[in-house]
Amino acid sequence: MMNVLNYLSVSMIPLLIFLIVINGVLNKRAVFEDFTEGAKNGFQIIVEIAPTIVGLIVAVGVLRTSGALDLLSEILSPAARVLCIPQELLPVSIVKMFSASGANGLLFDLFKEHGTDSVIGFTASVLLSCTETLFYTVSVYFMSVGIGKSRWTVPAGIGIAVFSLFISVWIAVRIVDG
Amino acid sequence: MVVLQIMSFTYTYDRLRKMDRYMLNYLWAGMLLVGMIVATIEGNLQAVCEGVIDSSKEAVELLFVMAGVVSMWNGMLYIANNSGMTDAMAKKMKPILRFLFPQLPLEHKAANYISANFIANILGLGWACTPTGIQAMKELKKLEVERGNPPGVASDEMCTFLLINISSLQLIPMNMIAYRSQYGSVNPVGVVGPALLATALTTTLAVVICKVMCGISKTKYKRGGFR
Repeated sequence: MMNVLNYLSVSMIPLLIFLIVINGVLNKRAVFEDFTEGAKNGFQIIVEIAPTIVGLIVAVGVLRTSGALDLLSEILSPAARVLCIPQELLPVSIVKMFSASGANGLLFDLFKEHGTDSVIGFTASVLLSCTETLFYTVSVYFMSVGIGKSRWTVPAGIGIAVFSLFISVWIAVRIVDG
Repeated sequence: MVVLQIMSFTYTYDRLRKMDRYMLNYLWAGMLLVGMIVATIEGNLQAVCEGVIDSSKEAVELLFVMAGVVSMWNGMLYIANNSGMTDAMAKKMKPILRFLFPQLPLEHKAANYISANFIANILGLGWACTPTGIQAMKELKKLEVERGNPPGVASDEMCTFLLINISSLQLIPMNMIAYRSQYGSVNPVGVVGPALLATALTTTLAVVICKVMCGISKTKYKRGGFR
């Protein structure tokens, strides 16, 4: 199982690149010129999203180092208890909304403290696999094209995040406890 | 009574709409301000000083790594686009696009980028999704300009596209498997099935929300699914 998945993941990117390039060559396109043009545009994309990323990561850093994140988890813990969500998972699910790398750092802490196959470790594994970073996606995708009004995306995204937390716990408890 | 309720509902709705423009601004400011206040109370000022410097450095390091990967994938995207590969993808994904974006003309470039983005998401290519997503948003914005709608407001298509992205489409969470085996899991692959189930459920919820919200804005505003 592990070997098959490993092989799949290792072969996916080379296969995709092979297909894209051979398709371009067979269609008699100037592939290298197309590529460089796209890569140039890629750098522009990075320049466009750089301020957003710096702002988000700094905000998450402040939230984490100031102790505000722990405080927020403390405040939210009664609500979590009603939904049967372990309190330890709150910081990671909050940070997950802003920054994937920040969430990974907290995930590793949970792995070290509780083990990967505990209810908490397993829930965190499922949780981080089933949703993307809400505010990162909203700000990067919308701000880089100059959309200021996001309408119902943020409330809906928060709803999905809460749902995914609930679902992850529900699944993990059933898997870990048999 | 009912009238009052409706009035208060429309009032809050209007307030929310006005706030919407500043939502991310308020949120970001709130994070920083609350952080500073809590740090002062709890005596973590030193940690915050270091935290600010460290995380800005971390952001730039991330951007450096991203710059290479994003440019590479954007280059590949251009090749795929110019050789007609994304056209073929959009054609193959026609039923899905028809269902999710009923108002989107399928010959529009946005359809190509949306299909490429969905495929990159399904394969779990991570940063390959960012260029396709941004190109799709740019095309969707052009579409709104063509429709004569005011710029700067997210259309139904943009909202739907974004929520589908947030709810994740990834089939195999390769990174998570790697992390789990790195931290000594006896069964790192065990996360695949549960993650797939969770992803299917969150994506279903996202689709339902999008359908309901687009339905509301259509009955309310009637044209092109736009307020």
